[in-house]
Amino acid sequence: MSASTYANVLELAAGLVIVCAVVTLWRRSLSAIVKTLAVQGIALGVVALTLGLHQHDDVLITVGCLVICSKGALIPTLLGRVLASEPKSRETSPLVNVPASLVGAGALIFLAYGATAPVVDLVGTTPGRLIPLGFATLLVGFFAMVVRRKAASQIVGLLLVDNGIALVAFLATAGVPLLVELGATLDVLLVIVVLRALAGQLWSRFGVLDLDQLRELHD
Amino acid sequence: MWAVMVLAVPAAAGGVAATVAWKRWVGWLCTGAVGVVLVCGVVLAAQVVNKRPILALGGSLRVDALSAFMVIVIGTVGVLATWQGVRYIDNEIASKRSSARHGTLYAVLVQGFITAMLLAVLAGNVGVMWVAVEATTVITTFLVGHRQTRGALEASWKYVIICSVGIAMAFLGTVLVYLAAQHAGAGTHATLDWTSLMSVSHRLNPGDMRLAFALIVLGYGTKVGLAPMHSWLPDAHSQSPAPVSALMSGVLLTVAFYALLRFKAIADGALGTAFPRALLVAVGLLTLLVATSLLLSQHDYKRMLAYSSMEHMGLIALGAAAGTPLAVAAVLLHIMGHGLAKGVLFLTSGEILHVEGTSDIAQVKALLVRRPALGGVFAFGLVALLGLPPFSLFISELNMLRAEVQVGLGWVALITLGCLVVVLAAMMTYARRMLFGARDDAEPVHRTPAVVTAPLIGALCACGALGVLAWPLDGLLRAAAMVVVR
Repeated sequence: MSASTYANVLELAAGLVIVCAVVTLWRRSLSAIVKTLAVQGIALGVVALTLGLHQHDDVLITVGCLVICSKGALIPTLLGRVLASEPKSRETSPLVNVPASLVGAGALIFLAYGATAPVVDLVGTTPGRLIPLGFATLLVGFFAMVVRRKAASQIVGLLLVDNGIALVAFLATAGVPLLVELGATLDVLLVIVVLRALAGQLWSRFGVLDLDQLRELHD
Repeated sequence: MWAVMVLAVPAAAGGVAATVAWKRWVGWLCTGAVGVVLVCGVVLAAQVVNKRPILALGGSLRVDALSAFMVIVIGTVGVLATWQGVRYIDNEIASKRSSARHGTLYAVLVQGFITAMLLAVLAGNVGVMWVAVEATTVITTFLVGHRQTRGALEASWKYVIICSVGIAMAFLGTVLVYLAAQHAGAGTHATLDWTSLMSVSHRLNPGDMRLAFALIVLGYGTKVGLAPMHSWLPDAHSQSPAPVSALMSGVLLTVAFYALLRFKAIADGALGTAFPRALLVAVGLLTLLVATSLLLSQHDYKRMLAYSSMEHMGLIALGAAAGTPLAVAAVLLHIMGHGLAKGVLFLTSGEILHVEGTSDIAQVKALLVRRPALGGVFAFGLVALLGLPPFSLFISELNMLRAEVQVGLGWVALITLGCLVVVLAAMMTYARRMLFGARDDAEPVHRTPAVVTAPLIGALCACGALGVLAWPLDGLLRAAAMVVVR
């Protein structure tokens, strides 16, 4: 593919990742948030695929396809099942309301540009310029975990953090070695399965999925 | 060969436990397997002290003095915990709280947990080490929630969420180290190997490494229980079954700290010692202050022990910040001493919980006269943990403080000393309530079976001997410290 198409596709896909992160803060319906996450996973896979095609790197192309399958389809399906176990799947009482969250997200994106300046300088190519977007996705995910109170919302935040890190890894180093990459993806899958099992147990035994109701352990 | 055995033996024991139904001999087999790990650790240590590191499996496993030392620590605390684990499962099954299937699951998970920790300290590659540390999170989640109570499930939820975020940060830090190494011209294949990272460390891009090291301190620091990402620790450690608490508190925290020590050596090379030191002093002091203030108002003796673990992790972070060979050797001795003392205390507290039926400090009274053996072990364990002579924690704390003064961190040593005094006073008060008092005449003096107390007394004797003699570990400690000090 030509140099300008390559840069355009890469910018578009990386931009889509951060847009999806902000959309998860904006939407309150958890099923809509899961769909947004699926789109984000596909965009992330496209970033890896584009880089792989540009650099003629077969391993990276394979990783891209795997990312589309796992983060675009498998993980959102698993997450959808968590929601199915809970009748009212809306984030009813976030600690910070939606407009304030969006302003917060804006501030975090600025912060990401500031913090990653040395990394951008070091990489110095088209993918390098986009690294702050990955970092911003991570920070938005972190923010979502702190201000949202539903169990499912926290899993969403964790996935945003993970997708942000994966984006940085692809853009900065064209992917860490395959073994590590596979280990990391497998871990996220396992964590989701673990969390799903825990959420199921909490719901079936105690009827709790709102973390404000988990107040047994404190000082 | 020995390095491969360290991983293969506990994994095989886990495999056996998975295929046969729970019987007591399966539990003893698992204890034996961890004993073999301990022996292999000693043999490996003898092979690598002041010699070149051993590579195995084409370089994916790498044993130097530091890894061998960590294998010995894991083996020692592992033997104690798996020994007591047999009794834990027996008690659970006898009291109908769980079935034989739970016993099988427990045995398999504990062996997997120990194998993952061993892989973390033996991996020659930072990426594989990261995968192993993350695997410990996934495995221990099920162990924390093993009792299936509401508190246990809540603790495992917090644990897996917070530690997953933390370990994700560590992954990003690892990616940034990889980026710096690529640009510094480390070989394409071995870019993430300790050996090649250490050899190019002075050429790594400082701006990138500063961000990377901060993320790694935050990330692995979460698993170490360092503030500000510590809030999972008291819940998980107090809700787990006692042998699991002993393993998590005694070794898992320090396995994560081992990763920090390794990365600190690389960051020292790239950035000079000032930045890593400032960062570790900041998180270490914060952890120490948070733990000390929360220790002042505890009602639950397992939570008290958990906060004390945080306090000790703060201490070793400050020791590592000083970073001289003396300081790092003291940090390593402290890792061993804390593993022994905290392992003994968590196992004893599990037995107290079993016989008294409560983990409330106020409801446990006069242990020393009602249950002399159990109360005595608990009392001596506390003396060891609080850093009183002759136990090894006294020597290691003293040397860490000395090293801090030597590198111009006298004010840090002063604050640390203040915290230590407050912790000593607070824990003595709790201990006095639990240990002393008069026995009700109608109640007989309870005996504790020797099978419970013998290994605990042995561990306390070892901790005392290390404090008096330092032999046979001193050569290994010095060699291990030189691995991460330049």
